[in-house]
Amino acid sequence: MTRALITGNQAAAWGARLARAEYVPAFPITPQTEIIETLAKWIDHGAMDCRMVMLESEHSMITAAGAAAATGVRVFTATSSQGLMYAMEMLYSVPGMRAPLVLVNVSRGLQTPLTLEPDHNDVLAARDSGFLQIHCATCQEVLDQTLIAYRLAEHHKVRLPVLVNLDGFYLSFTREPVEIPEPAAVDRFLPGYDAETTRFHAGEPVSQGVAVLGSSPYSYFRYEDHLAALQGLPAYEAIAAEFAAQFGRDYAPVELYRSDDAEFALFMIGSFATKAKDAVDRMREAGWRVGLVRPRLLRPYPDAALRRALAGKRGVAVVDQNLSLGKGGILHSELASVLYGQPDAPPILASFIGGLGGRDIGPEEFFEMIRIVRQAAETGITPPPRLLFTENELREVRKMQAIAHVERKEAAK
Amino acid sequence: MSEQIATIYKRMKDLPSTHILGAGTPMCAGCGGLQALHEVYDILGEKTVFVNAAGCMTLLAVYPFTPFRGSWLYTSMSSAPAGAQGVRDALDILLAKGRIPPEEDLAVAVLTGDGSAYGMGLSATSGAIERGLDFLYLCYDNEGYGNTGQQTSPATPHGAKTATATGPAGFGGYKKDLFAIWAAHRPAYVATVIGTEPLDLARKIEKAKAMKGPRLIIALAPCPTGWDFDPQQTVEVGKLAVKTGIWPLKEYENGQVTHTKVPSQRVPVEEYLKKQGRFAHLFAPQRDEATLAEIQAQVDAYWAGMEGEQ
Ligand SMILES: Cc1ncc(C[n+]2csc(CCOP(=O)(O)OP(=O)(O)O)c2C)c(N)n1
Ligand code: SF4
Ligand SMILES: [Mg+2]
Repeated sequence: MTRALITGNQAAAWGARLARAEYVPAFPITPQTEIIETLAKWIDHGAMDCRMVMLESEHSMITAAGAAAATGVRVFTATSSQGLMYAMEMLYSVPGMRAPLVLVNVSRGLQTPLTLEPDHNDVLAARDSGFLQIHCATCQEVLDQTLIAYRLAEHHKVRLPVLVNLDGFYLSFTREPVEIPEPAAVDRFLPGYDAETTRFHAGEPVSQGVAVLGSSPYSYFRYEDHLAALQGLPAYEAIAAEFAAQFGRDYAPVELYRSDDAEFALFMIGSFATKAKDAVDRMREAGWRVGLVRPRLLRPYPDAALRRALAGKRGVAVVDQNLSLGKGGILHSELASVLYGQPDAPPILASFIGGLGGRDIGPEEFFEMIRIVRQAAETGITPPPRLLFTENELREVRKMQAIAHVERKEAAK
Repeated sequence: MSEQIATIYKRMKDLPSTHILGAGTPMCAGCGGLQALHEVYDILGEKTVFVNAAGCMTLLAVYPFTPFRGSWLYTSMSSAPAGAQGVRDALDILLAKGRIPPEEDLAVAVLTGDGSAYGMGLSATSGAIERGLDFLYLCYDNEGYGNTGQQTSPATPHGAKTATATGPAGFGGYKKDLFAIWAAHRPAYVATVIGTEPLDLARKIEKAKAMKGPRLIIALAPCPTGWDFDPQQTVEVGKLAVKTGIWPLKEYENGQVTHTKVPSQRVPVEEYLKKQGRFAHLFAPQRDEATLAEIQAQVDAYWAGMEGEQ
């Protein structure tokens, strides 16, 4: 085991290397590119026994990834944002082939407007695809979860692709101290790939990805895939427990931070949860009983663990770094669906949208969210969803517009 | 033609007498694409995995039945060559690591229609060729988006009526030259074939099979449903496509294009057009002399450009 100061992208690459990924179809996109460049360097210099192929698009990249996994090798690939969207047709196609592989997504906002900076609309657009989803908050978690993801994907009762998500910039380009496990230790945790019956070879012809006629076989296979995804929850728990026993780092499906005795909880995913933890500490100092609940696993959704974690709370502030246009926060509606009608469900589930396109969420804003939730708990009235945006930010945009107007007038003279 | 390679297909009776592709598929009666696939598969053999894109042939393998003795992978309309890339690379990794013995290896063949090959899948094909992928691409060209009801595709010929070119003049555009586009990539092999010239087809597939790298085949696929002719006319229509010179049989190899069957006396193109409902408006109520002449002139110009090549 070595300790190194590495970026989230490098941690993902280390995950793929230690997992002994055999095949990496690739395509560059900011802020993911460092992952494939790191792997390419290792492969070119003999540090990693793997074949990398540059495809001409992410659609092709996921097609090749699924096809190679269906042929019988361990596959790793990575993308972000527009790349994930470009691949969307195949993201929905591969899970039904029951071909396990790991895809790292480095979250980045979607156009329009075009941005390089992070939020979660990209990864949540893949939410219903059948790729299981693991969300990371630290660089260490990125490496470790990549290893766990292979075990989960290849689990006999699951056999589905897994997406590991990390936030662009905040994790992808941030160096953190990361323990890099010994290859031999990883080999014990994650043995070589077993294709089971999912493979192409001459002796045993198979047909993959075939059409069905009629709704019965269609429903049958869709339900099968769904049930396999649900099997992912107990499988993940067992794998994470094994990982904790072997490496001493615990990745329960839901991370709880000072939430046991909390009256109020912040609920969010990804690296901003680190900021939320800091805010929780400060609020605790101020005498507010606040905690953080952070699902690591979004697919399968850890229903029971979330109900348990939030039972008896007076209010929850759900912080969505995404926006379903015309609806609101995606995590908020998902959480509401598992809490509704539960005996101890928190009466207040307030929705906050923030962190879009890389926007920071400051400590004072976490305070304000909890202040609103506390107030709502007093009145019993759920506040309307809030879009985090300060006067300063509005002023910044107005300033850009004003300058553009002036320039246009000048140019017209 | 590079006659150095001795063919085992010298005359019709040398062709395989039984088909390995099963019967009872949902393809239309008289499907020229299926005819070509039969002939190609007989030569490739069952140790082939077909990687398919959306089109008529996608319905060959419908759960839980398949007419193929070998394997099949359906991908999407645009990415079959990328699927072939993944399968080929994975097989190579498994072979290199000794996880499968050489006799378990498979030939990887892409099977798509023209809509995919000439259009949506062209970028994926270009990528696969440029990467030197060891695969065979079979495009069955029925000159339209057949599976969705024969709308205009990038392979639709000038003047043809399609489901989206219903006006009095039919389709105003021109068929894309995919052979030239493919050949410009300098792959190992490119050929045009047609099921109604089985000997020429067999020799080309035999040759392609023995090669490595990207090998690409376009089979003109007379389509009774989309071209509007009686299914029993498929062979006649196919033969006329060659005799009129509208479908030149050729191959590309080592930077050279060679015609493998030059019609000695070209039949007028209208003999071919006349047989198909999609061109009926060129003949009735009045003959559209201008369009007929234009189509004929294009064919003549093509062959004039080929003179001396033989
Ligand atoms: C991305 C996408 N767009 C559209 C379709 C609908 N579609 C299915 S088959 C087909 C036509 C394909 O045409 P071609 O490649 O010529 O094959 P053919 O149907 O003629 O056999 C279309 C448009 C699809 N399956 N996928
Ligand atoms: S529509 Fe044409 S190409 Fe498609 S199956 Fe029918 S005859 Fe064959
Ligand atoms: Mg077609």
